Amino acid sequence: MSNIPEEYRYTKTHEWVKLEEDGSVLVGISDHAQAALGELVFVETPDTGIEVVSGDSVAVVESVKSASDIYSPITGEIIAANDELESTPELVNEDAYERGWIFRIQPTHMSELDELLSAEEYQTQLDEEDS
Amino acid sequence: MAISSLVFEIAAPTCWLAMTGHLELVEKIMGSKTPLYDIHVNANAKIVDFGGWDMPLHYGSQMDEHHYVRKHAGMFDVSHMTVVDLHGERTKEFLQKLLANDVAKLRSKGKALYSCMLNPRGGVIDDLICYYIDDDFYRLVVNASTRDKDMAWITEQAKDFAVDVKERPEAAMIAVQGPKARRFAISSLTQIIDFDEEQVENLKPFSAIDGERYFIARTGYTGEDGFEIVLHADDAMELWSYLEAAGVHPCGLGARDTLRLEAGMNLYGNDMTEDTSPLESALAWTIAFEPEDRDFIGRSALEKQKVDGVQTKLVGLLLEGRGVMRSHQKVITEFGEGEVTSGGFSPTLQRSIAYARIPKKAKGKCTVEIRNKHLDARITKLSFVRNGKAVIEL
Repeated sequence: MSNIPEEYRYTKTHEWVKLEEDGSVLVGISDHAQAALGELVFVETPDTGIEVVSGDSVAVVESVKSASDIYSPITGEIIAANDELESTPELVNEDAYERGWIFRIQPTHMSELDELLSAEEYQTQLDEEDS
Repeated sequence: MAISSLVFEIAAPTCWLAMTGHLELVEKIMGSKTPLYDIHVNANAKIVDFGGWDMPLHYGSQMDEHHYVRKHAGMFDVSHMTVVDLHGERTKEFLQKLLANDVAKLRSKGKALYSCMLNPRGGVIDDLICYYIDDDFYRLVVNASTRDKDMAWITEQAKDFAVDVKERPEAAMIAVQGPKARRFAISSLTQIIDFDEEQVENLKPFSAIDGERYFIARTGYTGEDGFEIVLHADDAMELWSYLEAAGVHPCGLGARDTLRLEAGMNLYGNDMTEDTSPLESALAWTIAFEPEDRDFIGRSALEKQKVDGVQTKLVGLLLEGRGVMRSHQKVITEFGEGEVTSGGFSPTLQRSIAYARIPKKAKGKCTVEIRNKHLDARITKLSFVRNGKAVIEL
C-alpha cells in the first residue's frame, strides 16, 4: 500500500500535483513511482519561464539503472524548479511529496486540475496495475 | 512519468515486466529459479527477469550493496550462470580450437583462463572462464543469457574431438566479493563442509580448488578480491545463511552491474557481440596468436582484421558534468561518431561512467548526446575503480 496524500491530485503517469494558496501548483512524482524507480542519482529540472502544455515532457529523473520522463500534468508557465535536487536527487526518494517536489507551474486554466485523478482514483489505478 | 518505459538494461530481453502492469503476463512466462530464490523473496528482494531467470535486482538499496562490496563484503547469487563440464582425452586439444585464448597457458591444475569463444567471422559468441581441473577434465562457466546458443555451439564443435559436454544445471553458485570476502567465506564454509582451510586461504587469484562437495575459485566480476563458490543446492542455501550471519550483505544484479562497470569488465551483449571482435572490444589481451599454428575458430578473420586495420576501439568515458550516460547514446569525437555500449552512474566516483565504441584514432575529449544535448566527456582507460580505490583522476 503506497503513501498517497488525500489533498493532492495525481496523473496516470504517476506525477502528483499540489495546489498552493497563491494559485500556483507544485509537481513531483508519487511515492509509488520513486519506489519503483529506485535510488535517484540525477534529476534534470526544467528552465523557469517556459510555457508548457499538459503532457509535455519537462523533466527527467534518472535512477541507477534507468531514465524516466516527467510530464507536465497541466498547461501553464514553469515559474520555479527545485534546485536542491541538483546536489541531492535522493530527496525524491526520501520525501517524495514535500522536499522532493520537482517544479512549480502557474496554471493557465485552473479547471484542468479537476480533470486529474483524486487520491482514491490513483489508488484504484495502482491496485489495478498490481492485480 | 512513464514507469512502463523502465528498462532493466543488463541484456534482459523481456525487461522489467513486473513494472508494466502486466503481472499476468509475468506469471505465464515465469522464469527459471535458482535454489536461493525463496531466500531472496523472503529478504524482500525486487525480482526481475534476467535472461529467463527470476533474479534479485536489489534487496532495498542497490547503492548500499555496491558500497558494501567495495568496503566490506557482499554476496551474489550467480547460480543462473551456466556451468559446463568437458571430459575426454582430447579436451585440451578441443579447447585450443574452441577458444581464442590458449588453454596451454594453464600449466597447473586449478588455474583459470578468461577467453572469448568466437564465430568464424571473429565475432564473440560468448565470453567465459575456463578452469583446468585435470588433463581430461576442464570446466567452463558461461553466461546465462547465452546458454542455449553456447551449448549448441560447444556440443557441435566437440563432436570431432569425442569430448563429452555435460551441463551442470543442478549446481548453485555464490560469489562472495569484497576486501573481507575471503575471510568470511572460509569461516562460513567451515560450518558446512570439510575442506583444507589452508589450501583455500592460499588459493592464488584466478585459481580454483575442486573438492568433492565444493568448487572454490578466486575469481569475480566486481574488481574486488573474493571467491566464486559452486555447491550443491542444499549446501548453497546453508552457506548463504552463514554468510549473512557473518555480516556479508546480499547484493543483487543492479550492484553487480555498477561494480563490473567501475572495474572495467565487459558485459556480453552490451560491450561485445557476435558482430564485434575482441580487437574492437578491448579484449586483444585475451587472444593468443602464439603459437602460430594453433588454428582456433575465428583466427583467420582476426588476422585479416589486423592486416586491414581495426577501425574502432572500446574505451571508458567519464562524464565531466551532471547527467547519466546510457547504452546506445551517440558519442561525437573529432574522428567521427561512436556509441555508448554500457553506461550508468558510478556510486564510488559519484559521476557517470560508460564504455563506448569509438573511432580508433579518437582520444582526449568527446561529447555524448543525451536527450539532444551534447555533454562533455573524457576518454579514459577501461578501468575506473580497483580494490576499493579510484584509478582515474576526476
